[in-house]
Amino acid sequence: MTILVIAIVLAVLVVLAATGGVVALRRRRPRAAPAPPGPPAPPAEVAAGEPPRLAERVGAARQALGASLAALRRRERVDEAAFAELEEALILADVGLPTTRRLLDRLREAVRAGRVGAEPKALLDALREEVVALFAGEDRSLSLEGAPAVWLFVGVNGAGKTTSIGKVAARLARSGRSVVLAAGDTFRAAAGDQLTLWSERTSSEIVRGADGADPSSVIFDAIQHAAARGADVVLADTAGRLHTKVNLMEELRKVRRVADRPPGKVSEVLLVIDATTGQNGLAQAREFSEAVGVTGVVLTKLDGSAKGGIVLAIRAELGIPIKLVGLGERAEDLVDFDPGEFAAALLG
Amino acid sequence: MFETLADRFDQIFTRLRGRGRLAAADVDEALREIRVALLEADVHLDVVRDLVAAIRERCTGAELSKSLSPAQQVVKVVNEELTAVLGGEAFRLTFASRPPTVILLAGLQGSGKTTAAAKLARYLRQQGRHPLLVGADLQRPAAVEQLRVLGRDAGAAVFSEPSDPVTVARRGVAEAERVGRDVVVIDTAGRLAVDEALMDEVRRVAEAVRPHYRFLVLDAMAGQDALRTAIAFHESLDLDGVILTKLDGDARGGAALSVKKVLGRPIAFVSTGEKVADFEQFHPDRMASRILGMGDVLTLIERAERAYDAQVTARAMERLQAGRFTLDDFHEQLQQMKRLGPLKSVIGMLPGLPKELKDAPIDDRDVTRVEAIIRSMTPEERDDPTIINGSRRARIAAGSGTTATDVNNLLRQFKEMQRLMRSSGLAGLARGGRRGAKRKKGGRTSASLKGAGR
Repeated sequence: MTILVIAIVLAVLVVLAATGGVVALRRRRPRAAPAPPGPPAPPAEVAAGEPPRLAERVGAARQALGASLAALRRRERVDEAAFAELEEALILADVGLPTTRRLLDRLREAVRAGRVGAEPKALLDALREEVVALFAGEDRSLSLEGAPAVWLFVGVNGAGKTTSIGKVAARLARSGRSVVLAAGDTFRAAAGDQLTLWSERTSSEIVRGADGADPSSVIFDAIQHAAARGADVVLADTAGRLHTKVNLMEELRKVRRVADRPPGKVSEVLLVIDATTGQNGLAQAREFSEAVGVTGVVLTKLDGSAKGGIVLAIRAELGIPIKLVGLGERAEDLVDFDPGEFAAALLG
Repeated sequence: MFETLADRFDQIFTRLRGRGRLAAADVDEALREIRVALLEADVHLDVVRDLVAAIRERCTGAELSKSLSPAQQVVKVVNEELTAVLGGEAFRLTFASRPPTVILLAGLQGSGKTTAAAKLARYLRQQGRHPLLVGADLQRPAAVEQLRVLGRDAGAAVFSEPSDPVTVARRGVAEAERVGRDVVVIDTAGRLAVDEALMDEVRRVAEAVRPHYRFLVLDAMAGQDALRTAIAFHESLDLDGVILTKLDGDARGGAALSVKKVLGRPIAFVSTGEKVADFEQFHPDRMASRILGMGDVLTLIERAERAYDAQVTARAMERLQAGRFTLDDFHEQLQQMKRLGPLKSVIGMLPGLPKELKDAPIDDRDVTRVEAIIRSMTPEERDDPTIINGSRRARIAAGSGTTATDVNNLLRQFKEMQRLMRSSGLAGLARGGRRGAKRKKGGRTSASLKGAGR
């Protein structure tokens, strides 16, 4: 609404004037200085270990959630208090109120209609099925379409994009694909170094630019390089960015546009989300999707005590598939998202 | 950061204000909604319970029945309770009588420890201290490298060596003593609170260097589990406080509300942006005000100080007051305002905006549209919009991808605003345009400008 824009601009001006003037400072994004040689890199990891099972990794961490549901399990019958306990458990898991209510309303209806027995065990089983059903019909495959296929990794600061790229590179290498890493994070200090270490660990090539270079051009160069060598996939890292920063989201849009130019084809835009993230994860998914079209979510750090329930809300409200799960800091700590396993881990 | 919570409270209180006296049922309803609002803001369940109970107690007692304006009383109570939960007074860092003062940072992976370490170092330098950064994160690839680069930006030297975290920390403090640094800031590796081996390691680091301050670095967008993590770190390290990071996002920040309450430790510092300078002391009262939609002028001014050009702004103000504020001036101001962040958050910081204005659908694309229209005009047209006839209007609309109606609206509304500014004085706008101009059309917008402010 135009009137709103006008009013706001002027209101800001007025408030600033009323409070006595403004110091002149131009806003700048700092350029990372060229990096001198650091300490020797840790020995390259051979990603030969077995990927972990979700159940094992999260076992120890689930105890507290198990405790609240243990109380529920000891009840003799299912009443409103039982549902209140279930609501609490789901909220504590970051599922969020709207999605929690939707799930529990369906469950209440099923109990009322006699489709689900009014005992705790039946209730929990039914809830587990509801959670699994939420993820039904998703296409969780990762598309290798393109020569090369370009997979963009996006997300807010600290979500685990670079580490996830390392893990994905390891997995692709294991299945015989040739991978080129694109150091598209040209903002963060030593981001290129971090990704280089991963390229060494996974025996993939890496294309870097100068610090502070335009990320679109670095990724473009990587795609050209990959095409020339006939590589299968380009995994492109991007700088962490808060979805509220208009100019950074604009930069990301440009990155996608440039990466989609032949010979590149952006076949996956993977949003990396930290399992400890609360309801803000939904806003992240919404904004990133609107900006660059997210094809799937990588849920990281699920080996901690956080339940990652936010992915239920993301799936329920935005329909974005959850494709991969990160369970640790090693190259092999990556598994496909499995709704059954996830639901079981969520509910203990 | 707390925009959505502020919106919710606003809705609740508007409903309350509509009633004369408050019955218990009214208060109950308000409390139910407050509970929902807080949960949606990621405030921990236990904290929500306590907070709602405290508010209920104060709101159904004698306090409220004697009050002439019960709704206002509820707002006051909520504000006070929130401020108390957030921590009352600002945290003060004091320095050891025998230097160096050792500060240890710990937290989950990705919380922002390394960046916070550098920012803290710069902050300390500004206070006249001479910090040494110690890179004890030997786990994450290139972590020490990152700290070295950031340290350069912050103007602080960095010490590290490829041994083990306990040894690095100990040698780091010794090095500080040797070269006469009076503060040491130790960055450690991110670790899960459930990883016993790593929690033991950080405990050993603390035992080796006996830090004066142990801070948990916590991400502002963390969810319900943040509290459990904070408690675990507290049990291992006996934390002194929390550094909350990534506050420049729109995360609702419930972790902030919860940590102080349950841990009994304050939020010491907050990180408010990507630059090394974006680091400040935490101000509980400012946060509480934002939650309640009371605006946050201090933050607005701080952001503007970084983004606005003083000369351009001063000139614009003069022209505004003299009635010579043109579309060019407006366009310039629009560019500056964009640097303050998304429109929603700017609105959140402005005090005294009428509710209708705050509630209006907010879209940053509207800003782009307005910009495009102005840019499609010739300098003469911007200077004197009265020359814009049908064909010019069509050209502008085509050039900006909008319609002639959009162009018309902009010109008309801009003219109205200019008149408003001239006739009622600038204070009028700050108070929500109470000295209303007569408006012809516009539905909600005309209502909002016609004396909606309270």
